[in-house]
Amino acid sequence: MSAAAGAGVLLQVESVSVRFGALMALSGVSVDVRAGEILAIIGPNGAGKTTLLNVISGFYHPSQGRIFFEGRDRTRLRPPDVAELGIARTFQNVALFKGMSVLDNIMTGRLLKMKGSFLLDALYLGPAMSQELANRAFVERIIDFLEIQAIRKAPAGRLPYGLQKRVELARALAAEPKLLLLDEPMAGMNVEEKEDMCRFILDVNGEFGTTIVLIEHDMGVVMDISDRVVVLDYGRKIADGTPDDVRTHPAVLDAYLGVTHD
Amino acid sequence: MIDVLQHVVVGPFRDIGSNPAFFGEVVIGGILAGMLYSLVALGFVLIFKASGVFNFAQGVMVLFAALTLVGLLERGLPVAAAFVVTAAVMIALAFVIERVVLRPLVNQEHIILFMATIGLNFFLEGFGEMLWGANVKKLDVGIPDRSFMMAGMQVNQLELSAGVIAAVIVAILAVFFQKTRIGRALRAVADDHEAALSIGIPLKTIWVVVWSVAGLVAIVAGVMWGAKSGVQFSLSLIALKALPVLILGGFESVAGAILGGLIIGVGEKIGEVYWGPLVGGAIENWFAYVLALAFLLVRPQGLFGEKIIERV
Repeated sequence: MSAAAGAGVLLQVESVSVRFGALMALSGVSVDVRAGEILAIIGPNGAGKTTLLNVISGFYHPSQGRIFFEGRDRTRLRPPDVAELGIARTFQNVALFKGMSVLDNIMTGRLLKMKGSFLLDALYLGPAMSQELANRAFVERIIDFLEIQAIRKAPAGRLPYGLQKRVELARALAAEPKLLLLDEPMAGMNVEEKEDMCRFILDVNGEFGTTIVLIEHDMGVVMDISDRVVVLDYGRKIADGTPDDVRTHPAVLDAYLGVTHD
Repeated sequence: MIDVLQHVVVGPFRDIGSNPAFFGEVVIGGILAGMLYSLVALGFVLIFKASGVFNFAQGVMVLFAALTLVGLLERGLPVAAAFVVTAAVMIALAFVIERVVLRPLVNQEHIILFMATIGLNFFLEGFGEMLWGANVKKLDVGIPDRSFMMAGMQVNQLELSAGVIAAVIVAILAVFFQKTRIGRALRAVADDHEAALSIGIPLKTIWVVVWSVAGLVAIVAGVMWGAKSGVQFSLSLIALKALPVLILGGFESVAGAILGGLIIGVGEKIGEVYWGPLVGGAIENWFAYVLALAFLLVRPQGLFGEKIIERV
């Protein structure tokens, strides 16, 4: 359990609906994400979990409803603007820059923290170089933190899946996000890799105070690391509470076990 | 039979050995011509890497840049001012292309974007003609087209300057791509659009940047070529020479474009001078394409291209 839960609301999703043609991927979902907490989003396949993440990160725009980040309406922002606000994410099917080295991948994640004139950059002169070095130092800290020193020069595309997920997390962390969105960070990992990843997520939350929203299928993991759990089913929110509340919630049991109440 | 072998295999090499200074001249001429092929190919590679678009209009961009520069010089602008204005025009063109052509077609099939660049090709050709007229123009940028002796070899001053400038530009671009913030952003966009968006890289800006850089490279290529053989509409055909260079070097590799250009430049000059007389000349015209064909058979991804291995 992380310590910092219970502070103000960082992100507010207000009765958001997303429609793809005739399909309602999300209908009237409201979620509050509190600063400093780890919030898990669970639900059966097709429940709208990734859609919710895509709406928050600006890849989709809601057909109805609004989204507030730090109190400001940012419903219609595009992904790069969302990143600029301090929201970083990872993808369900690892989206690394496969041809680039691990180090370059993570440096690219730091892009928004680096400013400079195009011309100086092009010539790699003066401030451009010192800035490059300062940011490089920060990236090295992340590399140490996630214990990927050994692979820093390796091309990202050649790494085993579990490590790719870790590099993707590193790239997201490089932006020093306020809010970190993780789409199934442990999918396809073995038990040991999952334990490592859990430890990293808890450490990121604990040491940097980063608020984390994650989608996860492994119930054991969800119950272990999250402060709060939101359950989606068929695009609707059916439960929202502490892991213990949610575990015993009748609607959740229905959704997962397929029992119907008349 | 022996006689033919003698002519093809032994004779040319004997010629090379008997006059090494002349051979040096041929190689230098080839390297300098190759640098220009590299520059044109580089324009293709930049755009292809960042947006996956094969820009059919690159050759016409070279022509358009040269036409604009000559047109401005003819109207009495000093050389430096003409260069600045031409650069501004090419950058403005990049903005317009992003807004009018690329943005509405985002996420479309590659073939559709390719067709759009063919349209762009014809538009620019007509637009350039409308603005500046269709007659052949002489371009004089102040570097004399003279030769001087260096280590016993004749070297053309204009070609040498062209080669040196091309080399400098290529070096700058290489550092830019590998070491800088924007260079990394460009490579990131080329690799994965969604991931690039998610870390805050605005695609639109990147496209404007690559098309601008491709436009600036086109100016240099256009000026070099135009100074040598006049600015005329056949200039857009040098883009065709860039195709074998790309096949040789790999479509996504800056280093490949450079090396490919040099190999073809030197190869066709040597072929022309030493083997040309045996077949009545004109080797220079087809050497590049035959070499590219051979590469397609043996190493289709090019020298530095990424080999695509599909998992089954």
